[in-house]
Amino acid sequence: MTQADTSHLEPGTSRTVTLRVFRGDASGGEFVDYTVEMDEGQVVLDVLHTVQATQAGDLAVRWNCKAGKCGSCSAEVNGKPCLMCMTRMNTLDVSKPISVTPIKTFPLIKDLVTDVSFNYEGAKQIPAFAPRAPDAADGSYRMMQQDIERGQEFRKCIECFLCQDVCHVIRDHPENKPNFLGPRQFVRLAELEMHPLDTADRTEFIREAGGIAYCNITKCCTEVCPESIHITDNAIIPLKERVVDKYYDPFRWIFGKLTGRD
Amino acid sequence: MAQVDRAVSPPHRLGFLRTLRTDAWWFEPAAIGIGLSVFLGYLTVSAFLDGWAYEIGPYLTPVFEPKLAGSFDAWYFSPALLILWVPVGFRATCYYYRRAYYRSYLLSPPGCAVGDAGKKYSGESTFPLVMQNLHRFFMYAALVFVVLLWIGAIRSFYNTESIIDGVAVETGWGIGLGSIVLVINATLLMMYSFSCHSFRHLVGGGSSCFSCSAVSRARKRIWDRVSAWNESHRTWAWASLIWIVFTDVYIRLVANGHITDPNTWGGF
Repeated sequence: MTQADTSHLEPGTSRTVTLRVFRGDASGGEFVDYTVEMDEGQVVLDVLHTVQATQAGDLAVRWNCKAGKCGSCSAEVNGKPCLMCMTRMNTLDVSKPISVTPIKTFPLIKDLVTDVSFNYEGAKQIPAFAPRAPDAADGSYRMMQQDIERGQEFRKCIECFLCQDVCHVIRDHPENKPNFLGPRQFVRLAELEMHPLDTADRTEFIREAGGIAYCNITKCCTEVCPESIHITDNAIIPLKERVVDKYYDPFRWIFGKLTGRD
Repeated sequence: MAQVDRAVSPPHRLGFLRTLRTDAWWFEPAAIGIGLSVFLGYLTVSAFLDGWAYEIGPYLTPVFEPKLAGSFDAWYFSPALLILWVPVGFRATCYYYRRAYYRSYLLSPPGCAVGDAGKKYSGESTFPLVMQNLHRFFMYAALVFVVLLWIGAIRSFYNTESIIDGVAVETGWGIGLGSIVLVINATLLMMYSFSCHSFRHLVGGGSSCFSCSAVSRARKRIWDRVSAWNESHRTWAWASLIWIVFTDVYIRLVANGHITDPNTWGGF
């Protein structure tokens, strides 16, 4: 992608940029060009706010922290799923209009705001954390860092749902939504399955309701994750391997029968 | 299914290659597709070329490693085909190569946020792609091949033939450029195997308790090391693929008299 030459901008100076923003709702809409001044160091969300403040007061856009931690401002900039607050203007070619569209995979409500309730419905299906008995009479637990650290990567998830958006299983095939929970939920499932206190076995759930076999590990979820979680390598593939342990490995089945271990 | 479940937000539309991306998203899948075709295509042809010399002195091309006992003339087809199902199966079901050929060959999807090919999609949940779950079995077999390839690499330092191509040469321990090429080949294939996702799961990834016993603590240390290697699995995959082609080309050129291998046995 071409780097825009904005390095010459001094604080207090600006240049013109055109955002081509989609305006509409589920019934349709159109792209509208907004040409505004852009300052050095700005991100796409900053420029969108300028548009909102000066030319389109009714523009619908979700945002909150402007620091890449709330996961609200997910959108597609020049067709690439991203957080608008973490996409710097100097990474874009501002000599051409920059398209800003809502994320594709979920139904549009208005302008850049989509209905992401699919993800919350999926989360509700996941068998809850089931801890073993406490280690002490006061109900507290003792965990070793080496046991818990794998799951700490997954707790970085900010639920921006960019991984869900870019996943072609549901992005290009919405009919798969009832059969596939998506990468974000696999991250949650991996966190639970690898938790040292958890006692539940979700392997069947991961295989059946989760639909993990739909994932063909093309790693787009990992590529777009703003928290740099290794979704495919550290969550999805380990879960796939656990499914193989239980359903596709006759050696383990025989070993289990011989030793009486599950 | 409610209509809302089928919706995608406008202005996006469903369909093959539908995208709003403006960058050269097609470059990576195209380059990988061409690369895979060239290197795997060469190895496929090489496997059938058992009539073109593939060994000389202590060197045996890895395409035919391990060298099967008995006369190769007894086979009605290339003996390489009897062994290549292991590395071919291992790579075909490898998590990295799956990503590569799903994108480059099956266009499923060709790029991130680019419409994939096919009106329906069931991924690896149905036949034939459900067979990808065989990866760990190919991995078990591939670990045996790591040993076999190292035996071949070590053997390449010990020449037993006193006359090669009608020329008297030294026998016994020595070293040649071919020996170094074969050692690098064994090293790269070993690292490709040891950085495998299934191997990572085998050594410790399947455990949820690393601190429970001395054995599990040892597994954690191994898992940490394999996890570090696993981050470069793609690099190992490509390096080993390219080097096995180079090794095969080199040994065949030496074996057929096109180039001379510099070595301590007197050259051949």
